[in-house]
Amino acid sequence: MKKKQPQQATLTRADLSQAVFYQLGFSRVEAIRLVDDIFELITKSIAKGQDVKLSGFATFLIKSKKTRLGRNPKTGEAVSIAPRKVLSFRPSALLKKQMNLI
Amino acid sequence: MTRSELVTQLMQLHPLLSQREAELVVDIVFGEISRAMQRGQRIELRGFGVFSTRLRAPRQARNPKTGEKLLLSHRKVPFFRIGKELKQRLNSKQSKSALKS
Repeated sequence: MKKKQPQQATLTRADLSQAVFYQLGFSRVEAIRLVDDIFELITKSIAKGQDVKLSGFATFLIKSKKTRLGRNPKTGEAVSIAPRKVLSFRPSALLKKQMNLI
Repeated sequence: MTRSELVTQLMQLHPLLSQREAELVVDIVFGEISRAMQRGQRIELRGFGVFSTRLRAPRQARNPKTGEKLLLSHRKVPFFRIGKELKQRLNSKQSKSALKS
């Protein structure tokens, strides 16, 4: 289930701003700021506890986990795990479909 | 937050941007991420997270409506792993108050 894909070039923010730069003709500096701001806005929304829905791409859902009893796997002693929030990434049907074209 | 709210907020940060341009920027960014995932590439966004794909094993499934058997072959599914900073900000004090909801 957790098989890794063969290692290929990894894309970064720089590649995304490059795409904005080439396709829209903004300056490189502006393209970098735009890409940074998109992810900062999404981060802020998530930090506020607000889900982010990007139609055609995916939804970032915030789920609250209750306190539960866990165990330190090394020592075997019981520890309580504090309530926390986790982010669930739910790809849209379109995105899932795109992954398997051809 | 929805896509259109993201576009609006982006325009507030960039007053010279038209709505059309702001929409295009958002489309290009997520389009690039989708296409990279489609090619099996990883997209690593420091502080935010990593987008990648994972392989699911083939399995026999059934159409829940008709009961018909069908074979699902190997398929790639989109995957996202949250980054350290985003994880911390999700659980920072300022967001604790929203925990009750």
